[in-house]
Amino acid sequence: MNAAPLMFYFFEVMAGLSALSLIFTRNVFYGALLLIVCLLSLAGIYVLAFAEFIAVTQILIYAGGILVVIIFGIMLTSKISGKPLVVQHTNWFSGALASAAFLGILLYLLSQHSFHTVQASPNPSGNPLHQIGTGLMSRYVLPFEMAGILLLIALVGAAVIASSAKPKKL
Amino acid sequence: MFPLEHFLYLGAVLFAAGLMVVIVKRNAIMVLLGIELMLNASNLNMVAFNQLDPGSIDGQMFTLFVIIVAVCEAAVGLAIIFRIYHYYQTSVPDEVSELKD
Repeated sequence: MNAAPLMFYFFEVMAGLSALSLIFTRNVFYGALLLIVCLLSLAGIYVLAFAEFIAVTQILIYAGGILVVIIFGIMLTSKISGKPLVVQHTNWFSGALASAAFLGILLYLLSQHSFHTVQASPNPSGNPLHQIGTGLMSRYVLPFEMAGILLLIALVGAAVIASSAKPKKL
Repeated sequence: MFPLEHFLYLGAVLFAAGLMVVIVKRNAIMVLLGIELMLNASNLNMVAFNQLDPGSIDGQMFTLFVIIVAVCEAAVGLAIIFRIYHYYQTSVPDEVSELKD
């Protein structure tokens, strides 16, 4: 009995259901927790798709970094502490129309096209982690450095924007 | 190896859900959550298509860089939301209709 298909469909259903319930939840904190569930299920799917490094990065950066920052943001921007931050919904019709039309187009195109599935071994050329490490320093070194500079600029900019120095006219 | 279509269907559902969250919710943090969901849908597609070429890691590399850009976007976006909240005492994007008073 192979457990991998069971795990794959379990993670897919978890990701889909948490993303769909993110639409209907009104509490922002519950929304962040649902997004954590969705991202962790996606990390499981990445492991099953032979992308282990991406899965670990997903858990470390998304579930450990971005979501913590978002939860800080939720707590800092709620008016009354102790009361949950509740969102109003608006534009139900246009939102449903846009996303349903987009989903319909995507599903139609995907059902028209049949992708050939290669039954290949996960990674013929050795250790994928070794390959990623070598790639980051050789073939992908320019995007790697650019990403580092972008991260530095963005973090300095975020610190400057959010700093508590009051502007003159307030 | 799992059928590629299942990855792609899940990616389509996640992207549509993210789009709906972005349009429907009246809170800037919720809009950020929707944007993260859409970025993850695109990441899932890239990881799925990377399986078609087992010797290559191009898709995984691109996914890594997308994750880095998502970090930058979340940091700057939350800083701006925080600042706007201090200035207007609201985090509802519809009520912020001017850049300066």
